[in-house]
Amino acid sequence: MIVDREGEKEMTMQTEVKELHAPGHRACPGCGCAIAVKSILRETGPNTIVVSPTGCLETFTSPIRGSSWEVPWIHSLFENAPAIATGVLAGLNAKGNPDGTKVVVIGGDGGTYDIGMGSLSGMFERKDDILYICYDNEAYMNTGIQGSSATPLGVGTTTTPVTGNSFGKTVEKKDLVAIALAHGVPYVATASIANLADLKKKVRKGMDNPGPAFILMLTPCNVGWGYEPEETVELARKAVETGLFPIVEFEDGDLVSALKIRPVPVEEYLKPQKRYQHLFKNEKFTDVLEAIRKKAEDNIKKFDLV
Amino acid sequence: MKGKTAILEGSRAVAEAVRACRPDVISVYPITPQTHILEDLARFVSSGRLKSQFVRADSEFSAASIVYGASAAGARAYTASASQGLLLMNEVIYAMASTRLPVVLTAVNRAISAPITIQPDHQDTMSLRDTGALQIHVESMQEAYDAHVQSFRIAEDPEVLLPLLICMDGWVLSHSYEPVTVFPDEAISEFAGTFHPVQKLDPANPLTYGSYADQDVLMEYRYALMLAQEKAKEKICSVTKEYKDIFGHFDGDLIDTHCTEDAEIILVAMGSMVSTIRAAVDELRAEGRKVGLIKVRTFRPFPGEEIIKACGKAPLIAVLDKSLSVNTGGILATEVKASFYGNPVQPVILPFMAGLGGKEVNRRVIKEIVDIASRSGDKQGPRKDTVWMGLDHGFFN
Repeated sequence: MIVDREGEKEMTMQTEVKELHAPGHRACPGCGCAIAVKSILRETGPNTIVVSPTGCLETFTSPIRGSSWEVPWIHSLFENAPAIATGVLAGLNAKGNPDGTKVVVIGGDGGTYDIGMGSLSGMFERKDDILYICYDNEAYMNTGIQGSSATPLGVGTTTTPVTGNSFGKTVEKKDLVAIALAHGVPYVATASIANLADLKKKVRKGMDNPGPAFILMLTPCNVGWGYEPEETVELARKAVETGLFPIVEFEDGDLVSALKIRPVPVEEYLKPQKRYQHLFKNEKFTDVLEAIRKKAEDNIKKFDLV
Repeated sequence: MKGKTAILEGSRAVAEAVRACRPDVISVYPITPQTHILEDLARFVSSGRLKSQFVRADSEFSAASIVYGASAAGARAYTASASQGLLLMNEVIYAMASTRLPVVLTAVNRAISAPITIQPDHQDTMSLRDTGALQIHVESMQEAYDAHVQSFRIAEDPEVLLPLLICMDGWVLSHSYEPVTVFPDEAISEFAGTFHPVQKLDPANPLTYGSYADQDVLMEYRYALMLAQEKAKEKICSVTKEYKDIFGHFDGDLIDTHCTEDAEIILVAMGSMVSTIRAAVDELRAEGRKVGLIKVRTFRPFPGEEIIKACGKAPLIAVLDKSLSVNTGGILATEVKASFYGNPVQPVILPFMAGLGGKEVNRRVIKEIVDIASRSGDKQGPRKDTVWMGLDHGFFN
């Protein structure tokens, strides 16, 4: 117990935990990715080497002479994090890896869904013992909110602009969970920053599982999605509760858990976000809204979420 | 030391050397004409003769990235590629050099598309010229063997720490057979030593690799590469000398020279063409013509001073190029000319495009080059534009 400056009231001090993702980094206030990474590293512990592709995470954590990584961390390029991870693991294994050091990749949707896809496919196919975690903020946020193959239908970005008859992205986002499963990845899961205990449990499983593991997290980005920074966790929760981002877990290809929800209308998730505003302002976009509703319903049916 | 001489394919000679150097990690992605090297190494690993982590990659980009990660983890790492594969690796090799990861890579030289061809020239490794990686060009299978044995010690030296490309012409050196003297694995392993990284990815001492930097340090990183390449010059000279002392072979250090002392025309070239020029020079010398040869062995670090010294007072230098910087000419010639800038002795430097896209360069072509150079030097005045040997002018009609 310590006494505060005025000596008026007593405060209880928490047991000090050494954060492996140290505070003082340069993430935007309200960054969903920053919340996730702190929790992930609390679970991985210090005997972990983290690999990241170019992206928001790399930019806000690694300024030279100002790194916030308290674990060994390596960034090389945008499209090669899985191959770098494979190399790190091979380097460890060549020396017998006596301490059982684990290799974890944390990369954004641009580096995962798009430019790093070939490299990721290679890592999955080789069955390398690496945990790959994708923080999906559904666009290239680091470069200024350009559309990626993780950007959902109807979202306005700087390269899927909303203007005239254009309603933003015209096609659905890529189904990365299905892609991981198609590779026979033995542990595949989704997780939310609105449920950190579940995220940490899944990180642990992914670490302990021999062979590759893949975790997809939806990490809202207030800058790119257009909402107030304090709403990040609430939006992450709403994405789950609408059925748009189902929380599921697969072991050896079998669905072993799916978080049950009491579905709320998709509007509760969409309306607070600027990137979806146009869908509510123009009647000609009702088809798009309907398609998003259907996507949520399909997920609910597919994974038996109710 | 006495070795065993056998008729070996060039790729096999390389694989023998690499095996004896015991890399911890080898990444593999096929491309002609590099493939035989990695196939040989695959057999060594699967038969237990070599205990390396042997990793298949999904592309050359990943193959380079895998050895990048392995080297950062403190492992001795090796891969090989050619042509388009080297271009695909280009981005990785830039980062690898600046991150100071001493990966050894065999670059089996092959032309760049289009049109697609599997013929040899130097356009592929020239496109890696500015990465910061070292480049040693070899002229024979024996030199390919010797250079690979020397490679890890040069690259991994704490004062160097740079990726090293051993460049060898496709087919001529990778797929042909000639007598190669191979030394016992134990002797080679002892010579090659083991990699002692000055730092690595290690949970006991967590470091950040690949930081984001603004204008405060990038120029310093690049300047550090300049300093490291200067250090590499010393290291290459000392390692090649030590190799000569132990194994009795010397293929040159930064350069090699042949009949340059009293030469009136000196030919400057790299790679397998050098062996052809040697034979042509000997024949021309027998005819009483004062011709000499400088082999540029290390394209990076570039041996400008060494070339100038070896040229002495020779009035005519002919540079033979197997790569082109469009609109300025042969890349080796450009660098040789740049080296002579400000030098008190100013020879006439004549650029020749010889062997681009695998165009035939035999002794007859070499003698033709010498003839053109001789004429250019006296009667017609210095000729500055590139002479394209074997160019089919009919193609443009």
